[in-house]
Amino acid sequence: MNNLQIKKNPKVYDVCIVGSGAGGGMAAKVLTEAGAEVAMLEAGPDFDSSKGDMFKWPYQSPRRGAPTHRPFGEFDACFGGWEIEGEPYTLKEGTKFDWFRARMLGGRTNHWGRISLRFGPLDFKRKSLDGLGDDWPLTYDDIKPYYDRVDELVGIFGTKEGIYNEPDGIFLPPPKPRGYELMVKKACQELDIPVIPSRLSILTKAHNGRAACHYCSQCNRGCSTHSNFSSPSVLIPPAKKTGKLDLITFAMAREVTTDNEGKATGVSYVNAVDGLEYHVKAKIVILAASACESARLLLNSKSSRHPNGLANSSDAVGRYLMDSTGAGMGAIIPKLIDGIPHNEDGVGGMHLYIPWWLGDKKLDFPRGYHVEIWGGRTMPGYGFMGNFHKYNKILGELDGMARPNGGGGYGQQLKQDYRRMYGAMVGLEGRGEAIAMKDNRCTIDEEVVDKYGIPVLKFDYTWTDYEYKQAKHMHDTFEEVLDTMGGIPLWEKPTKEQGYGLLNPGRIIHELGVTRMGNDPRTSVLNKYCQAHDVKNVFVADGGPFVSQADKNPTWTILALSMRTSEYIIDQMKQGNL
Amino acid sequence: MDNKKYKISRRDSLRYITLASMSTGMFLSCNPEEKQTEVEEHGHEHPETAEGFANLSEEDLQLLNEKFFTDHELETVRVLGNIVIPADDRSGNAEDAGVPMFIEFMMLDQPMLQIPMRGGLKWLDLQALNRFDAEFINCTPEQQIEIVEDIAYPEVAKPEMSQGVAFFNRFRDFVATGFWTSQMGIEDIQYLGNKPTIWEGPPKEWLDKLGVSDIT
Repeated sequence: MNNLQIKKNPKVYDVCIVGSGAGGGMAAKVLTEAGAEVAMLEAGPDFDSSKGDMFKWPYQSPRRGAPTHRPFGEFDACFGGWEIEGEPYTLKEGTKFDWFRARMLGGRTNHWGRISLRFGPLDFKRKSLDGLGDDWPLTYDDIKPYYDRVDELVGIFGTKEGIYNEPDGIFLPPPKPRGYELMVKKACQELDIPVIPSRLSILTKAHNGRAACHYCSQCNRGCSTHSNFSSPSVLIPPAKKTGKLDLITFAMAREVTTDNEGKATGVSYVNAVDGLEYHVKAKIVILAASACESARLLLNSKSSRHPNGLANSSDAVGRYLMDSTGAGMGAIIPKLIDGIPHNEDGVGGMHLYIPWWLGDKKLDFPRGYHVEIWGGRTMPGYGFMGNFHKYNKILGELDGMARPNGGGGYGQQLKQDYRRMYGAMVGLEGRGEAIAMKDNRCTIDEEVVDKYGIPVLKFDYTWTDYEYKQAKHMHDTFEEVLDTMGGIPLWEKPTKEQGYGLLNPGRIIHELGVTRMGNDPRTSVLNKYCQAHDVKNVFVADGGPFVSQADKNPTWTILALSMRTSEYIIDQMKQGNL
Repeated sequence: MDNKKYKISRRDSLRYITLASMSTGMFLSCNPEEKQTEVEEHGHEHPETAEGFANLSEEDLQLLNEKFFTDHELETVRVLGNIVIPADDRSGNAEDAGVPMFIEFMMLDQPMLQIPMRGGLKWLDLQALNRFDAEFINCTPEQQIEIVEDIAYPEVAKPEMSQGVAFFNRFRDFVATGFWTSQMGIEDIQYLGNKPTIWEGPPKEWLDKLGVSDIT
């Protein structure tokens, strides 16, 4: 007798959504509210962000918040990381890609930076402007109404600035800037660099039944009052309330199943707890498992009708992989030394940022980047003022009594040095647009499977000169700004040999593009409604459909596209086309 | 809200009240009762276990009951830790802040840290033996300081001290985390957050000091 049985749920759902993050959560909300019966598969456990480690002190943990089990520290809300036990991925020799995955309801929306930037009109037609990559099959005007509705639904603070390619939204008032942020702004005014209030999906006023922020700065730990955006705080509850959502946790999707005509019939999955195989039937399948997981699912769903993987007659599935560029610099700002103690927590993120400001200049690299700001009297945690011996000698120079022994030390003077330098560091982090390259891709590794027996992804990603030159420009900017502030850099400016400090692709956790949309089925996976060209009842609602990435964080666009796709699905169902 | 968690010394509480009145006082005075209630609803309990730790996993409880250091090593960590951060009129020393226990836990939590720590302590004892014919903890305080002086300043340390310097840099960082993330350390360094509040911007005095009061 066969021990391995597939447990088939006899119910036929209208829609099966794979993944519960920004894209999956939005699809679940819109579809269930329109009356659809929805099954949602989530590879990890249920999660309520109000149950996070809010207000926990470091001394309430014996490891004081060390990142032993979670890459962003013990109190971070996200279950997952760049490495997950039993779920490997591989790399083509000589290439790099760090793949961050979350395994929990809401996925990576549980710990992200809440930076909620719209793409601008230019971001949808970059090829027309610089000849690189491709234009999107839609324009800013097509998506603007959805951005507006996401703003109203979720809540976002910001200010109307009237910058053409940084479109204004429907904003709640922004929090007042912190002292060090105003120093950055002052320096940037001298340098003609704009610094504007950040645009974060954190509530500065009560909104749609959710309380206003209480300014503990711990958004990455969850939120005891659901005052920031995460899918389980904002999107899943209304979907559950309809009674039409069946949430299936610990469900690791294996394959999209198809019939003889090649149409999707549902999704098979393995239960991560009991190890058994299951199948859920659905008339429509939406993949929102994260861009690369969705591509992996399609590539693993091979059949005689789809020998190259499902929806992959174009061979574009897994190609045009993108991540934001990232590089950063920190400095000690002498003016911040011997600070005046005050609660500098604010919201969980920066209150000001630098939007891209050189779009009309001729530079030696295409596209742009924005700059994020960090610093301040943050809660002491694991690694507090680490490598102190590299910079406390500055104090001697400032006191006019140069320390003959340099940095380091011990005892009373060291203790006093820590007190004096607390809150005196400021950092700048560039986040930029990489070009979508056909050969930057993930494929199925022909030899390796994960612990569930699912073939794993093999990454093949190489930064081009465009990205390296952009990182160099970032560092020149950081140097200029920090220098104008009177800053003393914490480490050396990276050289060409050090790749200008450009982080590995994948590190910024903005994987995009591997199921891109387009009007031509020969070069794209999805049409402009994120519907597969080859299989009309398969849709993608994560970052996979992106044609280019802009220098903006992708979540707001994922939400807007998912809303648009879900409403298209309802419309097509009503018309009997699906 | 559990007041115990926010207990601060009288001197610090006076300072805090002054600053609070600068940053949020105006807002609170508009409608103090309502605002206070709104903020207090945002509390969050972490059930405490032994030693004041909260929400510990079974694995962590188990690690807490294990030992990594020998008694001799632990005593060395204690003595050296108190040299790195001694007591003064504002707060206690590394030991008072629970630093030795924290370092021991980290050795078990991240085993890759073990060899550099154990080896470094051994290096220290050999220095002491060669120079003073006694293990580090059995040297006089003056002798201990003489050794520490030779490894505490990376820029001027003699080349033959390089391993000791590297060890001491790591050790200093461990003590700093252990001390400044303790309740005592957090009160000392005057981190005043981790509580529900209403953010009204920094105190004017601070903006004036930074010369950014006129930046809008």
